[in-house]
Amino acid sequence: MTIPHPAPETGPILGKLSLEALPLHEPILVVTFIGVVLGGIAVLGLITKFRLWGYLWTEWFTTVDHKRIGIMYMILGLIMFLRGFADAIMMRLQQAMAFGGSEGYLTPHHYDQVFTAHGVIMIFFVAMPFITGLMNYVVPLQIGARDVSFPFLNNFSFWMTTAGAVLTMISLFVGEYAQTGWLAYPPLSGIAYSPNVGVDYYIWGLQIAGVGTTLSGINLIVTILKLRAPGMGLMKMPVFTWTSLCANILIVASFPILTATLVLLTLDRYVGTNFFTNDLGGSPMMYVNLIWIWGHPEVYILVLPLFGVFSEVTSTFSGKRLFGYTSMVYATICITILSYLVWLHHFFTMGSGASVNSFFGITTMVISIPTGAKLFNWLFTMYRGRIRFELPMMWTIAFMLTFVIGGMTGVLLAVPPADFVLHNSLFLIAHFHNVIIGGVLFGLFAAINYWWPKAFGFKLDVFWGKISFWCWVVGFWVAFTPLYILGLMGVTRRMRVFDDPSLQIWFVIAGIGAAIIAAGIGAMLVQFAVSIWRRKELREESGDPWEGRTLEWATSSPPPDYNFAFTPVIHDLDAWYDMKTRGHQRPVDGYRDIHMPSNTGTGMILSGFCLVMGFALVWHIWWLVALSFAATIVGAIYHTFNYKRDFDIPAATVTAVEEARTRQLAAGA
Amino acid sequence: MSVPTMTANALTADEPVQFYDLDEHAHPEGHSTMLGFWIYLMSDCLIFAILFACYAVLGGSYAAGPSPKDLFDLKLIALNTAMLLFSSITYGFAVLQMQQGKVKGVQLWLAVTALFGLAFLGIELYEFHHLIEIGAGPQRSAFLSSFFTLVGTHGLHVTFGIVWLVTLMFQLSKHGLIAANKRRVMCLSMFWHFLDVVWIGVFTFVYLMGVLR
Repeated sequence: MTIPHPAPETGPILGKLSLEALPLHEPILVVTFIGVVLGGIAVLGLITKFRLWGYLWTEWFTTVDHKRIGIMYMILGLIMFLRGFADAIMMRLQQAMAFGGSEGYLTPHHYDQVFTAHGVIMIFFVAMPFITGLMNYVVPLQIGARDVSFPFLNNFSFWMTTAGAVLTMISLFVGEYAQTGWLAYPPLSGIAYSPNVGVDYYIWGLQIAGVGTTLSGINLIVTILKLRAPGMGLMKMPVFTWTSLCANILIVASFPILTATLVLLTLDRYVGTNFFTNDLGGSPMMYVNLIWIWGHPEVYILVLPLFGVFSEVTSTFSGKRLFGYTSMVYATICITILSYLVWLHHFFTMGSGASVNSFFGITTMVISIPTGAKLFNWLFTMYRGRIRFELPMMWTIAFMLTFVIGGMTGVLLAVPPADFVLHNSLFLIAHFHNVIIGGVLFGLFAAINYWWPKAFGFKLDVFWGKISFWCWVVGFWVAFTPLYILGLMGVTRRMRVFDDPSLQIWFVIAGIGAAIIAAGIGAMLVQFAVSIWRRKELREESGDPWEGRTLEWATSSPPPDYNFAFTPVIHDLDAWYDMKTRGHQRPVDGYRDIHMPSNTGTGMILSGFCLVMGFALVWHIWWLVALSFAATIVGAIYHTFNYKRDFDIPAATVTAVEEARTRQLAAGA
Repeated sequence: MSVPTMTANALTADEPVQFYDLDEHAHPEGHSTMLGFWIYLMSDCLIFAILFACYAVLGGSYAAGPSPKDLFDLKLIALNTAMLLFSSITYGFAVLQMQQGKVKGVQLWLAVTALFGLAFLGIELYEFHHLIEIGAGPQRSAFLSSFFTLVGTHGLHVTFGIVWLVTLMFQLSKHGLIAANKRRVMCLSMFWHFLDVVWIGVFTFVYLMGVLR
């Protein structure tokens, strides 16, 4: 099987788009499509039946409230997670089957798209929305702010990320996705070897989402620098806010590199330039360098905020101030800087020579020192603490045990001679899943269990939470230990069929592990459903269900639109703990008007134009490109003529909300 | 840092401590805009850094085609550079007029700035057209790919700046020198001068050093 359909002719009206682009010959996709259509009709029908369109538009889609935008990011991440995990299950199934002459059930064309989509979706449309959503929700509350610095930009960023995700999902049913692996290395991703639209979907999906990511990074940096409550010096910021600050600095300092690199690849594909081609002076290795100068900071963008989560959780559930706050902050800053000095370890085998490889091998090993310092800080925080094994704490301990192994295999891979053996093998796959699942995902689950009561006013069900926890942790190890073993035996990544029958048992075990993880995901969805169903029993009135220490626990759950009726004044690191121990009095009168930003639909509309433009660019529908580009520019300019972007919540409304809160607190006491 | 002393305070403080700002005032509108825009500019600067890096790596890959010496007309580029530098000065005059509260003066100097910007773009387009015509288009070699992309990206930024300039002139005539408009003038000022700085890099590293190569 070579390329199944040759590059089609380009027409004036539909560009490269034709009926042939619909994958009607792929039964798996047809069934999926029917499922998606039926499910979509059901959801749309229910929204219409319960007359929710107006509510969704005014309260959610157009909102500039950082809390609602945060929740929408989390929902986007969850939906895309199910898609990315479906890809994972398909790969595990294919690799467990394709032995002894069996071709499995996926064609090479389809299988290559599956592993590419899995990587892209899990990083860009699962992990990134999850951490952005988390930072969006928590950071303004932790610093005692009423919203982010640029609320409209926040809404726009969310919709751009969503538009990128939608474009990527469209590729499932119209055309194809890239078959290049998640970083689309040229020359394979160049026009000569990937003449179809797959790589174009990849490029435009990431470019559109990348705009959102960069803007939200700028937004959160400025928010943290400018909107902290009085008294909160930088060294009195909660650790999660610190790690968020560093992660957002990394975003702003690395996503433009991705943007520029993808632009160059785009020019190679669309204009015929020779940046990364094999001939006329192009250098494919230039791309590999550039993409990893973005790519390595990216993994720290993902994990740093979760280091913050673990710090908050460990401190709260040990009932102690975090051990070594200052060293934690400096360790975070060290990691932020070092993350720019290690990119070459992703391609030691490129042949840069012993000196260059040694430099990057050593810098990579050095990163484990601040990371190790963090781990000891968490352990010392727990030491002689009154540890409560609630779900967030369980996830944190699972993280510590899992992530340490992943970190150690990482240090092993950082040794260039070892890397020459293990490069591109399943050992590498096991390593980065070990740190990303063990670090990022476990951290997200800790965070979701920790902050859910703050966001919705009721706790998550513990029984289903524990089932999910054990399935995930056990499933992870059953799924990935075999990959470590296979990798050590020299099995390379991204293989569709295998010859050696003795390897099959390991792939079967890995498949069983994936099934256990699937049970964990199922249990988590049940946990959400059961908790929503039993929300009256699980209700949490105090706003501070875990005996929290930071400011987000000082307000009600869920917080009012304006977060705090009066901005808190900070005297100590764990501000809310300080307020509680020194007997603060919540003010119960003297409320004032509160100045807030107004909702706007502009972000969603502009992102819609960008989505259309991305689709038109993928299919070379030039008139539509021009039209949607013009619409985007005109729409953006039109928006700048709107000078009235905020309003006052009248003191009477604030008084009513806060008096209800006073009664609620009195009833709970 | 000073954590121990704070703990001591927490234990010894008997007098009531203020935990809420009861007499607070809303943040002045747009008080973070300049910082945010400056950070955006730095992210944009990174895009140019990558394009410069590409030019540094690929700028010598002529693929048996023309080299900078064969292509660049320094007199034309000097003229072009002058256009952009003048436009920065005139933008500075616009800001001075703004500080004196003269809307008309601001608009006049913005218009002059736009004209210089258009002249710059015109010369650049003429240069590009000429190069493509003699067979030295962006497809010819990696050197030309990185040249056109670096210079063209700068040109696109100038184009965007001019669109913004015109928009701003309409907004000034509609609302005058209100705080929001002043902020916009200052943001565009940063953007415009930033493009000037980038161009000085382009002029030096691409054109001057290219001819020396």
